[in-house]
Amino acid sequence: MTEPRSADFPHAAREVLQDSQLRRNVAHATDVIRNKRDRVVAECSSWQDLRDAGSAIRQHVLRHLDQYLLQFESACTQAGGQVHWAADAADANRILLDLLVRHNAREIVKIKSMTTEEIGLNRSLAAHGIAAVETDLAELIIQLGRDQPSHIVVPALHKNRRQIRDLFQREMHLDSLGDTAEDLTAAARQYLRQKFFSASVAVSGANFLIAETGSVVIVESEGNGRMCLTLPRVLVSIAGIEKVIPRYRDLDVFLQTLPRSATGERMNPYNSIWTGVHSGDGPQEFHVILLDNGRSRILRDPEAQQTLKCIRCGACQNVCPVYRQTGGHAYRSVYAGPIGAILTPQLHRLQEGASLPYASSLCGACYEVCPVKIDIPEVLIHLRGQVVRKQQATLTGKLGAWNLGMQLAAQIFVSGDRLALAETLGRLGQRPFVRSSGFIERLPFMFSGWTRFRDLAPLPAESFREWWAKRSTTP
Amino acid sequence: MTARDTILRSIQENLRAAERLAGPGPGPGSGGDDLISRLYREAAPRTPADRLALFEHNLRDYEAGVAYASPNTIAEAVACSLAARSLTRIAIPGGLPAEWLPSGFLFEPADDCDPTALETFQGVLTACTLAIAETGTIVLQSAPGQGPRRLSLVPDYHLCVVFDRQIVDTVPEAFVRLAASATLPTTFISGPSATSDIEMTRVRGVHGPRTLEIILAKS
Ligand code: SF4
Repeated sequence: MTEPRSADFPHAAREVLQDSQLRRNVAHATDVIRNKRDRVVAECSSWQDLRDAGSAIRQHVLRHLDQYLLQFESACTQAGGQVHWAADAADANRILLDLLVRHNAREIVKIKSMTTEEIGLNRSLAAHGIAAVETDLAELIIQLGRDQPSHIVVPALHKNRRQIRDLFQREMHLDSLGDTAEDLTAAARQYLRQKFFSASVAVSGANFLIAETGSVVIVESEGNGRMCLTLPRVLVSIAGIEKVIPRYRDLDVFLQTLPRSATGERMNPYNSIWTGVHSGDGPQEFHVILLDNGRSRILRDPEAQQTLKCIRCGACQNVCPVYRQTGGHAYRSVYAGPIGAILTPQLHRLQEGASLPYASSLCGACYEVCPVKIDIPEVLIHLRGQVVRKQQATLTGKLGAWNLGMQLAAQIFVSGDRLALAETLGRLGQRPFVRSSGFIERLPFMFSGWTRFRDLAPLPAESFREWWAKRSTTP
Repeated sequence: MTARDTILRSIQENLRAAERLAGPGPGPGSGGDDLISRLYREAAPRTPADRLALFEHNLRDYEAGVAYASPNTIAEAVACSLAARSLTRIAIPGGLPAEWLPSGFLFEPADDCDPTALETFQGVLTACTLAIAETGTIVLQSAPGQGPRRLSLVPDYHLCVVFDRQIVDTVPEAFVRLAASATLPTTFISGPSATSDIEMTRVRGVHGPRTLEIILAKS
């Protein structure tokens, strides 16, 4: 997210909503994953207890984050790993670049991770002439097509088989290639195998860091993770500082909740757990870069702090009625959906993503599914309050139509008489706008957004309060 | 000031500020962990037969093959599985019991092979550390009989022997057993690798072995 994001959510959403093919694909993908998730969650008799435990562990970590990070550093170092600390994206990119230059690496293999996207790693490396090869199938499709991911779990769902066939044939220089999912997967396997075998450095994110043992955990499906983690001579894992968990056994909770929440599987095909370097098995040089990049500041806010409990499963996106319509592109942020709506504005101190806390109907579905019980609606409302207070602090914000309107509304709602007066005025004022259909089809000025996609029922001739008053006086 | 100091100080300052706003949380040494509720189910009261049946069901559900043997007939089961696919040249880790290896096949110790050499094998035969019935998972570690991680990754076919006493019901039970060897490189394998990235169609075997078969040795 190092490049400026100009468009805010409402504008970006309007654009993507035109793409009916993308909307169909997003709806289909989210439906499939949701159904699978619901099935395997139902199998799990103590699901709510697991959510409680996951939430408690993550909360406990945040309260003692400094100590657990130090414990991780010391255990990892003892096992032969090297731990680096990066205050921001530039720090992390510089540390990585130094390592790559030292190893003379021109091309590295990479496992998809949100953290590396957050710091814009690929762009940073490209600027120094180093190619980062994405090895997740969907990310490879995106990368070869110089495209944008459209969904967190299935980033290439906007591409169909024929498009992928043409892309692979061109970019992999293949004479012929079938267009079944099997053919295409086999082509990717062949293409990437050479890369895995020849790369000397791999870069990954991390799902968890274990303070007690100094171990790092990666959860994946395709096996590209295992290739990256075990074949190259040097491995660099970049992890947000909040990724640490206290003990090895705490993993038992998250290995039950994460796969079920993310892809709807009892267990994803591969989990890798490793500790420093191990003679004869895997990289002989291992680095961890601990990335802050705005996270420690989020701890300051007791209500919003829980955002950092997130284990990036994506379940909140699949159930979100807003995300299901717009997909990920509209959020203009690495982190999309409900979690993006609370994380992005905080990471950027509301400088970016200030419209995202409003990209929600506050229906609460995200909280219901969250495996670590982040009360996303509560945080959304809390952040909306911050956005408003920030706007009120400027003169244009203070005198803006929204602020004045809201102040006025606040004045009206304090008394029944004022409300009754406002209703009378409203009934008079709405007259020119009510069509023969009996609905208001178009409102002027700041109200026009409401009627752009729907009609508005006019204020009735009699309000409930008036009706009630009449009713209670007639015996 | 180093980035390390900056980050640690920022964490401490911000946590203190949050505490001033919301009141202190439980301290680490003050029984902090006891406050983590662990009410979730850690074990399951299953009979050995039920456990085995569930394990087999979940393996098949994730498209892994299953064959049965007794502890004395492992070699025969291995021969059967390999012959069914006409595989002859198989990589093995150091420390694999010699009595598991049937004659008529080429078993070569491959712990020291690099990836290119490993790729010339038609398959790999390993033991495992344990297995989890409720998730259909086998757990491999860098240990005798299991080899380095690349061994069970590069060849296209993986045959793994699991004894019934190695199967636990639940994930928490697995972690209790694994605690003693927690720092060994460890891989949880649940079915062959898979992707649904292309039009949401599930395809088996992207980079790992495209075929995973389990021999269940039942005493
Ligand atoms: S916030 Fe969303 S992505 Fe994060 S753990 Fe909860 S459901 Fe998963």
